[in-house]
Amino acid sequence: MAAITPKLSDEFPSTIVSSTNSVTLRILKFNPKTDSAATFVEFKVPVQKWTTVLDVILAVKQHLDPSVAVRYSCRQASCGSCGMKINGRPSLACYTKISELNSNVVTVEPMDNFPILRDLAVDFTQFFSAHKKLKPYIIRDDSEVTEDTKEFLQTPKEVEEYLQFSYCIKCGLCNSACPTMATDSSFIGPQALAQAYRYVADNRDNGKKDRLKIIDDSHGIWRCHFAGSCSQVCPKGVDPAMGIQLLRGYLLGFRK
Amino acid sequence: MQESVIMKIHYGTALGAVVLVAIHILFRMTQNFSESLQYESVIANYHFLPYAIMLELILILLSVHGFNGLRVILLELKQGVGYEKAVNYGCIAAIAVLVAYGSRTILMAGFGM
Repeated sequence: MAAITPKLSDEFPSTIVSSTNSVTLRILKFNPKTDSAATFVEFKVPVQKWTTVLDVILAVKQHLDPSVAVRYSCRQASCGSCGMKINGRPSLACYTKISELNSNVVTVEPMDNFPILRDLAVDFTQFFSAHKKLKPYIIRDDSEVTEDTKEFLQTPKEVEEYLQFSYCIKCGLCNSACPTMATDSSFIGPQALAQAYRYVADNRDNGKKDRLKIIDDSHGIWRCHFAGSCSQVCPKGVDPAMGIQLLRGYLLGFRK
Repeated sequence: MQESVIMKIHYGTALGAVVLVAIHILFRMTQNFSESLQYESVIANYHFLPYAIMLELILILLSVHGFNGLRVILLELKQGVGYEKAVNYGCIAAIAVLVAYGSRTILMAGFGM
């Protein structure tokens, strides 16, 4: 006698088995070296309910158009490589499921406020140079590797001061969402400012004076309008807008 | 000048202007609106020294705050060494011209010229 194996749809009648579902993926294609204008190219791609936007882009790249330029690596929101604009909102492609977009049309574009290298790949040179400018490391006169003090102990409260800011994966979504960055190309950006706060708030660090001097510039911390879009789009739950306001507290003398 | 110092002045002038303009409006409410704008009433304000000093302070506070605000907007709009220098010095010059012209009006009305 043959065993009867129930199908998933029989067991859970309300479950939509979406093997036949498909979405239209619109990719903005542009090569600044050869193209005069950007154009949208559309692809029909089958999706499951667990399919991510990155899966769809890679399916297009594998089967339909191998020339699509996209940067990716870990596929688990750890490396920060696959930042792009998905249906108008800066997001990580690997961390955005097609099912949560509630749309049959998925439009992917390169991040705003970054020079385009090709298609969805953008240039991070200025982004990383702003990050490096803020000295993103612990500055101390003494060395950590001495006989007496092999490590600098911190209380949980001291760690809490900066912990969320250390979760930054440098994906660039905050800079892409920032309205000031859209007009002020010299603005240091929410990512670098949040990282400045991360080290200034760390009680092991002695580089506060240097960092505050760097951000106290005509295109520095004071150009933030506190729109808060940087914090809204961060996939790691970092709140750069809050970090910027707390940094301002140091410059205005409210914080020591 | 450091940007933090400029922004402290910016916030300070805003708070100062709110307080003084509130006092100015309260003074206007001691009379009817139409009475308050009559020639004799306006000239009387300028002849009352503490009030004339307050008007001069409002002029300075609003000029500094307004033109610094404009400087910030212009710096965000476009970047470049020459452009930024022009904006910074242009705004300082505009503050000086506006304060000088307004002070001249206050002094002339005060001395009955």
